Amino acid sequence: MHQVMDLLLIVVLALNFVALGVSRIRAVITAVAAQGVVIGLFPLFVHGQFELGGVLLALVSVGLKGVVIPRLLHHAMREAEIQHEIAPVVGFTNSLLLGAIGTGLALAFSDTLPLAAGHAESLFVPASLSTAWTGFLLLTSRRKAIMQVLGYLLLENGIFLFGMLLLEAMPFLVEIGVLLDLFTGVFVMGIIIHQISREFASTSTANLELLKE
Amino acid sequence: MAYLLIGFPLLMAAACFACPWDRWRPWLLPLGALAQLAMVFAVVFPAPGAAGVSGLNDWLLLDAPGKVVLAVVSVQFFLCSLYAPGYLALRRDRPNRVFCANCFCTLAMMTLVTLAHHLGLMWVAVEATTLVSAPLLYFNRNARSLEATWKYLLISSVGIALALFGSFFLAYSSLAVGLESTLLFEQLVADAGRLSSPWLHAAFVLLLIGYGTKMGLAPMHTWKPDAYGEAPGLVGALMAGGVTSCAFLAILRIYRICQAGAAAEFSREMMVVVGLLSMAVAAIFMARQRDLKRLLAYSSVEHMGVLVLGVGIGGLAVYGALLHVINNALAKGALFLSAGNLHRAFGSKFTDSVRGALGVAPVSAAVFAAGFLAITGSPPFGPFVSELTIINAAMGDGRFLLVAAFLALLAIVFIGMGSTVLAVVQGEPGPEAGQTGFCDRFNTSVPIVLFLALLLGIGIYVPAPVESLLREAAAVLEVRR
Repeated sequence: MHQVMDLLLIVVLALNFVALGVSRIRAVITAVAAQGVVIGLFPLFVHGQFELGGVLLALVSVGLKGVVIPRLLHHAMREAEIQHEIAPVVGFTNSLLLGAIGTGLALAFSDTLPLAAGHAESLFVPASLSTAWTGFLLLTSRRKAIMQVLGYLLLENGIFLFGMLLLEAMPFLVEIGVLLDLFTGVFVMGIIIHQISREFASTSTANLELLKE
Repeated sequence: MAYLLIGFPLLMAAACFACPWDRWRPWLLPLGALAQLAMVFAVVFPAPGAAGVSGLNDWLLLDAPGKVVLAVVSVQFFLCSLYAPGYLALRRDRPNRVFCANCFCTLAMMTLVTLAHHLGLMWVAVEATTLVSAPLLYFNRNARSLEATWKYLLISSVGIALALFGSFFLAYSSLAVGLESTLLFEQLVADAGRLSSPWLHAAFVLLLIGYGTKMGLAPMHTWKPDAYGEAPGLVGALMAGGVTSCAFLAILRIYRICQAGAAAEFSREMMVVVGLLSMAVAAIFMARQRDLKRLLAYSSVEHMGVLVLGVGIGGLAVYGALLHVINNALAKGALFLSAGNLHRAFGSKFTDSVRGALGVAPVSAAVFAAGFLAITGSPPFGPFVSELTIINAAMGDGRFLLVAAFLALLAIVFIGMGSTVLAVVQGEPGPEAGQTGFCDRFNTSVPIVLFLALLLGIGIYVPAPVESLLREAAAVLEVRR
């Protein structure tokens, strides 16, 4: 079981780099969705046995992150008629480089952390930290509003991954609440992206600089 | 009762949504808020022998700090809701269905924060306050409010995501030492002495950053001037007085766990530093501020700083900080609503146009000026007492440098805010003043006068039940190892 999970975690890490390295927004949406699906499947494996709560959680989270949210973002993208991130604050090559450095640091750092027995060998902690870091990179280095939402989703994916170590602490109700908040957040952001594109005829957040000191 | 406190505002939100008349819908706000206030008073000041409020296997539990914030939120919401019908009548051009419904949703989620004793559930509730209040910010539907809403939503959501990470670290701090991982507040406090110290420290930092973003502590405050600047005064009042108090309660919960565990000293020092930094940043940006509402937003950053600073100092200052939660909420109500009135009266919120307000809208201008005196800590208003209590405690600990910095920052804020406020209130109105046709009416004046009266009242005399509640809450927070 450990090997399967580590394999999936490597897929998660690889998808981080896809999200960082491409400018086509459609491709990034797909990468983030695929990552959401992979992470959504973990509740099935973590306990080593199928439980009703775990299955339901996996269903809801795969459904939201793999189907509903990507469709929402595709819709927002079509409405706004944008395809590419054209001029990111940090270029794609540099983003990849920063992502690689972050992942390396995450791997080295999690070796020094006082982990519970059984967690030290798995890739959960470094994968979680590195995914959150990738999310931050996208949030801060991209100008298109949709890309920033995707960064937020990656950040949440990273946090969710860490949460897999703590399934007892996070009861079913709370997990569902977190997912619901995530969904509503992205939904409201989607509405605002729509409004931004109507107001400015573009979804670049570079337009949003009326308000400053 | 716990379910009723959360369910009733949601029911009222549904009623607002179902009500077909824009003209009458706003009156549901004061009606619902009054009923909610009555229920809250019944649980915050219960009859002797009454059972405590709890639900969901003690995931929902009303303790003393929760009671303080719940009472503040409900009183503040009620007074703001009194203002709503008058305000929304002036804005007949805008549909108010979503606005009224989301006001009640915000109240419900704020109530849930005060009751939640499971840190995961508390997180869900705090994030939900962000989501349901975002449409309130976008009430004006122009480019500026759009930008403000986007920044608010994105920065707050990312901040709160870090708080979730911090909550997970906290749960992991019990797992790492072989305990069963949990996010139940009481359980964490009981286990606090045994929690893994590195994970606890990391959790505190992430949670302070996360919920600090929601509170608007520097340097995570950047959404605040934009959001409060573009929101209607009513929304600014609700957020600066209500939502931020809830985020502060979230930080108090984490602080309580750290006090009982290995991160006691560390957490208090962090809070002192962040508190002073917030006050300093606010002081810098308040000087020469031309935008009335942005001025108030920075004042909010300052007072969030005062709150965490007070808790960081500890001892008697915790009592002072809790008293300051009440004072800040009341003062922000008076200031934001009166600034909203001035905005209506002059058709602008910039000091270039808003001048000589006493001649145009005398009640609003007088409350605005008095509110300024109150929030900057002038006697006999409430903030004077709470800030003095904090200073007293710091002096008692021998932290003279800290007191000097605190006083210096308060003085800079007083001068910076004063020059703007006095220019607005005094002098001759410009030629364009009075063209909007707004004048102080009964329904837009009564709420701000009530806010100010309460603020004055609490400065002169803290009623015995409130006093004992504050003492009880401070005692809960101050239990050491």
